[in-house]
Amino acid sequence: MNEITAPSKSFRIALLGNPNTGKTTLFNVLTGLNHRVGNYPGVTVEIKKGSFVHQSNAIEILDIPGTYSLAPRSPDELLSVELVLGLNPLEKVPDALLVIADASNLERNLYLATQAFETGLPVILALSMVDLATASGVKINFNLLSEKLGIPVVAIHASKRKGLDELKNAIVALQTEKRMPPEPVFSKDVVRCRAKILSLLGDKGSLFLAGRLLFETDGFLAQQLEQKLSLSLIPAILECRTELKTLGINLVSIEAKSRYAWIRELVQPCISKPESKVTGFTDRVDRILTHKVFGMFFFFLIMFSMFTALFVLAKPLMEWIGEGKNLVGQGLENVLPDGMLRSLLVDGLLEGVGGVVVFLPQIVILFGFLSVLEDCGYMARAAFLMDRVMAKCGLSGKSFIPLLSSVACAVPGVLATRVIEDKRDRLATILVAPLMSCSARLPVYVLFIGAFLTEGYGWWFPGIVLFLMYGIGFVTAPLAAMLFKSTILKGKGAPFLMELPVYKTPSFSVVFARVYEASVSFLKRAGTLIAATMVLIWAVLYFPYVSSTGENYPERIAATENKAEQDALLLEWKKNSFLGRVGQSIEPVVKPLGWDWRIGVATLASFPAREVVVGTLSIVFGLGKDAQDEQQLLEILQKARWNDDPDQPLLFNVPSALSLMVFFALCCQCGSTLMVIRQETGTWFWPAFTFIYMTSLAYLAAMLTFQVGILFL
Amino acid sequence: MPTLDQVAIGCKGIISSIIGEDATAQRLMEMGVIEGEPFELIASAPMGDPLEIKVQGYRLSIRKSEAALVLVQVS
Repeated sequence: MNEITAPSKSFRIALLGNPNTGKTTLFNVLTGLNHRVGNYPGVTVEIKKGSFVHQSNAIEILDIPGTYSLAPRSPDELLSVELVLGLNPLEKVPDALLVIADASNLERNLYLATQAFETGLPVILALSMVDLATASGVKINFNLLSEKLGIPVVAIHASKRKGLDELKNAIVALQTEKRMPPEPVFSKDVVRCRAKILSLLGDKGSLFLAGRLLFETDGFLAQQLEQKLSLSLIPAILECRTELKTLGINLVSIEAKSRYAWIRELVQPCISKPESKVTGFTDRVDRILTHKVFGMFFFFLIMFSMFTALFVLAKPLMEWIGEGKNLVGQGLENVLPDGMLRSLLVDGLLEGVGGVVVFLPQIVILFGFLSVLEDCGYMARAAFLMDRVMAKCGLSGKSFIPLLSSVACAVPGVLATRVIEDKRDRLATILVAPLMSCSARLPVYVLFIGAFLTEGYGWWFPGIVLFLMYGIGFVTAPLAAMLFKSTILKGKGAPFLMELPVYKTPSFSVVFARVYEASVSFLKRAGTLIAATMVLIWAVLYFPYVSSTGENYPERIAATENKAEQDALLLEWKKNSFLGRVGQSIEPVVKPLGWDWRIGVATLASFPAREVVVGTLSIVFGLGKDAQDEQQLLEILQKARWNDDPDQPLLFNVPSALSLMVFFALCCQCGSTLMVIRQETGTWFWPAFTFIYMTSLAYLAAMLTFQVGILFL
Repeated sequence: MPTLDQVAIGCKGIISSIIGEDATAQRLMEMGVIEGEPFELIASAPMGDPLEIKVQGYRLSIRKSEAALVLVQVS
């Protein structure tokens, strides 16, 4: 990959556009996946930087997140404005702006363009979806539009690579000839007041910024700018606002009204629309897809297919990855001498890498589905259909699919929250997604239901218990979301206004780029952390490997051929390890849950991934780590007694088995999820918070289950 | 004068004004929901909320709580 080089010489442009305009596609096609993610402290948005060379001119592009208006009301939105205006200390001012607009919906798309026109920077207008506009009978005279605006206007079809050379030529031409856009017209009183504010801003000012300060209703930008530029602005702004109000000007609506009026006058001669409204393809399809009955039917059909694919298609792939990992492990075991290095590579590193790669099939399948749904326009309909239900717990319809995906696995589920624009909604969804019962909990449920809740009960009983276990997540997650949204994530978010885009055929290159990006970013960022966690857990289970009496466990295990003796030694070793000692010391803590130290250790050791608990239980119950037969483990668990003492009562009964299952239903014993939360929120606070709240919840619920259970069962 | 959440599905008309002076009102206007603009109420989601309207030539999903801020004149 070419590094993004020669920053001083390259021409810098910022790419702006509404959502659903094909902005990301244009960015990907222009930069050819040659991009990286900018790191800006304190914000959750991803801002990508890319570059390309055209006719030996180096061009650098900054991809500003899709927005309908450059009106900042949150730190994320403020960053976009700062980057466009060159107010961010980490980036230089762009040399020009590239605005992409959907030709089939030109008026509303030009709203953002009119804001770009006031930044004092040269602007190029790229028009996408011209084919859709033509199909609906809309004809646009590009030359006239370009002439009236005085700036280059280029029709493009990014995924078909049409119009790209023209666009690149226009960008390159800007370096020598700066063509400035016109200024949208405001009334003379507004212009006068805006000039007053502009004079206070000094060299950081632009008409756009001065206008924003004048028009904004909440004073967010003014406060931020006063702090960042150490200027006094608010008194002058208030004075201007009072002045305009006494002149009878409505400051809430003046900006939108003036811009739309200006746009209308500009566009009218350049565009011809069909006289009689034809019922378009989208109208016809929407009559079915948003229909009360058929729409819901179709929605559940799609969700069911996606889900089946996640479970059925991913399963063999995950098994192959597991087998591949075992093969590599065996190969290493044959090549390397027994010892710490081999154990580190096989039990630590290989498990770690395998534990990362094993998520890839699910991520690829889920993102394949989501990208197709998103690109064809259905995703917005799904959010539309589910919004009412999700609104009850303080979220929006956009949270539904990420939460549902988490039933397969919270890792892709958390990644899928990227579609949620509202920051608080997105965070709430991320925080509760791990409560949904994921597929990694299934082995735990199956083992314990099989051991303690099957024999002596009706044939229907195990199924009901399994259903209830899944029900715990379905009930707790919305409740937790409701709680978070009314406490720590309280606040009036942006209103849920969502464009329902025109249906179109999904583009392969768009889908591929999204799947590729999700997979690579997961492997690169969360992957390294997951692997590191696995190695860490290996270490605390490996060290110290010599007992206080001087017994060297690995050597003794290697020396004996007797399987039973090996297993006994392994158990003693793990008991003596750092993690084992901690596990034993926490027995008083887990006792109210009906657990002894062995279950405590197994639970602690399953921190990297829940499914590990089955393997760890095999070790601590003396079966050795390669217990092939789950039936054997099941029998041992049924017969296990407290502290392995035959005089003690049975360790597991129905209440303690239930308590363990409830714990695993609610806990966040999943290093991968925590690392993905770290990746997506950009701070360690939220994964720590998730772990603590879920573990506390799991502990309390498990204790309640056990304590109530022994009263009745 | 009715608000947008009170009119029947299939209604067409003109937006008269937006109630409120906060960021929500401004967001609505940025999205093209401004006075004098024609609109059409296309559909509602299965549980009656949100609504799907056509404005400025595109489809917008809007919750009833926000639709209640939009005064309309049905034609």
